[in-house]
Amino acid sequence: MSPPDTSRADSARPLNGAGEALLTVRGLKKYFPIRGGILNRAVKRVHAVDDVDLEVMRGETLGVVGESGCGKSTTARLLMELIEPDEGELIFDGCKVGSRELPLKEYRRQVQMVFQDSYSSLNPRLTIEDSIAFGAQVHGTPKREALARTHDLLARVGLDPARFAGRYPHELSGGQRQRVNIARALALRPRVIILDEAVSALDKSVEAQVLNLLTDLKAEFGLTYVFISHDLNVVRFVSDRVLVMYLGKVVELGEAERVYTHPQHPYTAALLSSMPSMDPDHRTEEPPLAGDPPNPIDPPTGCRFHTRCPSIRPFCATREPPLADVERDHAVACHARVPASGYHDDAAAVPDPEKITA
Amino acid sequence: MTDPYVRIRDLGVTFTGGAKPVRAVGGVSLDIREGEAVALIGESGSGKSVTMRAIMRLNPEKRSRIEGSIHVGGHDVMKLGARRLARFRGAEVAMIFQEPLLALDPVYTLGAQITESIRRHEPVSRAEARARALQLFERVRIPSPERRLDSYPHEMSGGMRQRAMIALALACRPKLLLADEPTTALDATVQIQVLLLLRELQRDLGLSIIFVTHDIGAAVEVADRIAVMYAGRIVEEASARDLMRAPRHPYTIGLLKSRAHGAMVKGARLDTIPGAPPDLANLPAGCAFAPRCFLAADSCRRDDPPPLVALDGGRTARCLRVEHTHPDAIGTPAH
Repeated sequence: MSPPDTSRADSARPLNGAGEALLTVRGLKKYFPIRGGILNRAVKRVHAVDDVDLEVMRGETLGVVGESGCGKSTTARLLMELIEPDEGELIFDGCKVGSRELPLKEYRRQVQMVFQDSYSSLNPRLTIEDSIAFGAQVHGTPKREALARTHDLLARVGLDPARFAGRYPHELSGGQRQRVNIARALALRPRVIILDEAVSALDKSVEAQVLNLLTDLKAEFGLTYVFISHDLNVVRFVSDRVLVMYLGKVVELGEAERVYTHPQHPYTAALLSSMPSMDPDHRTEEPPLAGDPPNPIDPPTGCRFHTRCPSIRPFCATREPPLADVERDHAVACHARVPASGYHDDAAAVPDPEKITA
Repeated sequence: MTDPYVRIRDLGVTFTGGAKPVRAVGGVSLDIREGEAVALIGESGSGKSVTMRAIMRLNPEKRSRIEGSIHVGGHDVMKLGARRLARFRGAEVAMIFQEPLLALDPVYTLGAQITESIRRHEPVSRAEARARALQLFERVRIPSPERRLDSYPHEMSGGMRQRAMIALALACRPKLLLADEPTTALDATVQIQVLLLLRELQRDLGLSIIFVTHDIGAAVEVADRIAVMYAGRIVEEASARDLMRAPRHPYTIGLLKSRAHGAMVKGARLDTIPGAPPDLANLPAGCAFAPRCFLAADSCRRDDPPPLVALDGGRTARCLRVEHTHPDAIGTPAH
């Protein structure tokens, strides 16, 4: 037997060799129709999520980053089946979601979500204990038991039940409300929590408190997180692996530190160097990218990043790069990173535009 | 030394519209030199936007009580009559906002909005004003500016709209630009473009800039000096370099420590500031930060808010125990 070859790209193997996939997504697609014209037919489609495959490993925190319109929030909603995908399937713990073994209601008990807007996520007419206990009662827990657990959870997220249980959402601060939303997500003893910009609306000093709380809860309840945020620093801090999205596509997926220190996709590299420097003596001199991200209604052909890419070949505009492993636990969708893609042949066949001008 | 271009003294803004008066700004003094960029940073409700709006007298006059004085380039802003105030807004001071889609008029093209604002202030022909609008669009680097002048705000992308709003703000050649969270709604790759544009305009046009943000990183990219606000007061003011190297007010120290940043150990805990910002209608006695402060002593919780203490290197902090935050090293001011 030859020793295992770690450098070999093997797409069948899960990206994180140590863990096993708790939630698997295959071929997820969601296009939103834009209606218009006399007959109000769909004239265009927003390519919100376009053929996304991903795996969420048991016990990990998967960070999802990208700019507005990249499909990260749509992905979150698809993962919860809050909106129906056009194509694709979800497999949770070996069972297909929506099948007889795992009906949607049971799946939703195991996967919970926390949203960005802490106020609009809560019913303003319910006290917070009623809000938190509501889900458990829907799933058949007697009210008394549900309330007892609610008080435990409130204490666990740092809100004294004696003081807070009977309050209404408007009587709490933003940070406190987000703690309530986290407690509510925990009420059904889920295994996965999807955090969609859950700390983005909080003040920085409160954000740190909530991030610490999330770390503690994860360890205590053995949770798996999908952490969606536009804040690259926060995602780096919380994530084991990071998924980078651009215009509905996954462009890079890998172990968080590796992605942050050695980004392989030119978009990831540009995104990371767009972060403000924090050092007054070394301020950013040149913006890494010009212009805005293109509109997801008419995404560019081929590689979707080719219109802004600093190292484009003519080839990139016509052929779409697949997401392929470039090293262990690190996949990238860029022709330049795949030796057999033809990118390098293309460079030879068609002169580099920079060389023409030089 | 010459007089500063902007001189704010003991500015107080109290909103009287609600059930209880809310003192949103409680005694802010700030100087800004010509061509200087100063960032006001703080959390929501710290009074940073209200302070900035007071410079243009944009706070609702009937529902607010304003004290103190503001001088901008020789104008006593508090005493300006209606006509001179209208002239002052736009020609001396202009402002850009977080959400250009709300700040721009949706039913006029950008070219029309810019030419209107130029002709409102200066006796120039329509063609001349349009030519200036075109120059402005080139200045803020809008691609195919000629065509874009005839666009409506909704036809542009977010970053382009923010550039267009900057062009509109610059239409009457103001000397002071007020920027209220101008990049908060933008994507990361676009945010850095707009921050660098602001810096470039400061340098090339000699603009003074007051930049309000909650994002320290954005402040560092633009500002020469940073003033940190908490509960309606400036608690610390220093050059961007000094503030980042050695913050002296316990709030600033806490804020910088609580950020998740690059090289953190996975699973490490963030240093947090306990509690939440205070209710402005019900501020504690003494230092407003004392209930959350790691350094607070009994003296901090008594009587009046602490005075501003002048420290080495022309920086100030509003803290009674500021000697305890002196960096243990030599701590000489940066050159």
